[in-house]
Amino acid sequence: MRAKDLLGRNGEALAADFLENQGMRIVDRNWRCADGEIDIVAIEGDTLVVAEVKTRKSLDYGHPFEAVGEAKLARLHRLSSSWCREHDLNALRRRIDVVSVIDSGIGEPQLEHLRGVG
Amino acid sequence: MGVGRSYCVALVGLNGYIVEVEADIGQTLPNFVILGLPDAALNEAKERIRSAAQNSGIPLSRRKITANLIPASLPKRGSGFDLAITMAVLRAAGDIREIGGTVFIAELGLDGRLRPVRGILPAVMAAVQAGYPDVVVADANAVEASLVPGANVRGYKTLARLAFDFGADPKDLVLDYNPVDVDVPENEVELTPLVPDLCDVSGQSEARRALEVAAAGGHHMLLTGPPGAGKTMLAERLPGLLPDLADTAAMEVTAIHSLAAVQPSAVRLIRRPPFENPHHSATSAAIIGGGSGLPRPGAASRAHRGVLFLDEAPEYERRVLDALRQPLESGELVIHRSAGTAAYPARFQLVLAANPCPCGKASGKGMDCTCTAMMRRRYFGRISGPLLDRVDIQLQVERVSLADFGHAGREEDTRTVAARVTAARERQLERLLDMGLETNSQVPGRTLRGELRLAPGTTRILDTALERGTLTARGYDRVLRLAWTLADLGHSDTPDIDHIGQALGLRQAAAAT
Repeated sequence: MRAKDLLGRNGEALAADFLENQGMRIVDRNWRCADGEIDIVAIEGDTLVVAEVKTRKSLDYGHPFEAVGEAKLARLHRLSSSWCREHDLNALRRRIDVVSVIDSGIGEPQLEHLRGVG
Repeated sequence: MGVGRSYCVALVGLNGYIVEVEADIGQTLPNFVILGLPDAALNEAKERIRSAAQNSGIPLSRRKITANLIPASLPKRGSGFDLAITMAVLRAAGDIREIGGTVFIAELGLDGRLRPVRGILPAVMAAVQAGYPDVVVADANAVEASLVPGANVRGYKTLARLAFDFGADPKDLVLDYNPVDVDVPENEVELTPLVPDLCDVSGQSEARRALEVAAAGGHHMLLTGPPGAGKTMLAERLPGLLPDLADTAAMEVTAIHSLAAVQPSAVRLIRRPPFENPHHSATSAAIIGGGSGLPRPGAASRAHRGVLFLDEAPEYERRVLDALRQPLESGELVIHRSAGTAAYPARFQLVLAANPCPCGKASGKGMDCTCTAMMRRRYFGRISGPLLDRVDIQLQVERVSLADFGHAGREEDTRTVAARVTAARERQLERLLDMGLETNSQVPGRTLRGELRLAPGTTRILDTALERGTLTARGYDRVLRLAWTLADLGHSDTPDIDHIGQALGLRQAAAAT
């Protein structure tokens, strides 16, 4: 596995733990379809949360949040409805969250969580 | 955290309006939105602000930043809002302390320096008038901004220094950066160009006298004469004869030039009356003011409180000449464009110069003239009657004679004549101030024939001429105005028969009644 993928994997694992600690129930990880991949699917109360995790080693190439643009958000919306269709959970309210992980390799990785970004 | 607030000024023409900038940081994905009718230059502010803040060591929040410019309906233009938006955003993020009522007017460089903007003088004037005397501007604008009485101006070179003074954490600030602006001279430069001296004009005693009268009474002037007679030379020497501008006038003139300048460069009040000499191919937008979006001042406004010289006047488009009638009447130009209406002051002294005919040889005996009567008539027909009606002095300038030419160097210089002009202006002011006027040229006909009525014996030649129909009613008033100026120059309390006679002589031009 290449270094960048490893970093991403670690970040997603950290994010999943983080969201669980927030009281969410993780129901799916790295769900794939023809349209793309959802990093984390979780349920919080009556809401289905589709979480995108962005991991970076440093801020040299901008903040992880800045990498989530309009196109990415639109795809996440499409993916969330695909996931719900496949799992017959159309009645749930849906929400997109973004989790950023900054893991420089030194000290604790820093996590930030934005709820309902679009 | 919360909403940050700062103030700026939006200029519409020369009128400034206080704009409140509020900034909010939303907990969502990074974005930067500017609301409140920004134009393209103002929308680019986002990128300038992000880079400038980053390079100053006080990066902006990586969340959704919304800056709102209030009132939202007023169109806002240009880069002068950069600093106010930045300060509001920094405040919203809690990076700096509460700003209070300070007004910020400056553009940001990507490196975090503060750049000067155009129109700082009218902007600061508006801020002070609106009750916001604390103003922060770019260092290069500080001198100009300080010209406004009552303004408490602080000039800064960089955003980092400004943020530091507003309580930003100095840990990461780039405080030792000291950019040098190449385009703005450090020393005060003399803005008024050297005005040529009257002693360069050989002979032409009649024209020199007319010039003196024009300067003393603020009369508009038409010079007709063959090429090479010295019309342009004479006109160029008129501003030198005019007295220095009083405080209010100087502020108005500096404000216009601050706005019209390509480079923000005014470093002191313009005290000398400006001289504008547009080419006759100029469009009405160039003379009256215009341009896309909000109109910018044209030559007529830049000549405010000074001299607008139109050489080869019949060569101008008739539309352009006629557009000058509005400012001649009201001293103001109101220009309408899609983005709004701008009013610029334009109280100038008009000097027109024209050849006697298209070929220019019809003066004197006119032996060599090749123009037909029709051509001549058409030539002068372009200067319309209503425009000519406002020109008090209409003078023929002949070629200088050999005898006069030999006497070069013995003529009176500008200083001597200017002293007489100043004295005459003082006399006028004493008489006219109660009526709210400054010069004889502004006195309405009603007053001339009312409060300032002369003894019937004095005006007899005029009355006769009026009866015979050789003088129009409007012409009658113009002669009276000139006679008053001649009296002021001659230290007389009222014009006498002699002054009336001279005044009649000053308006005997071939083209006009």
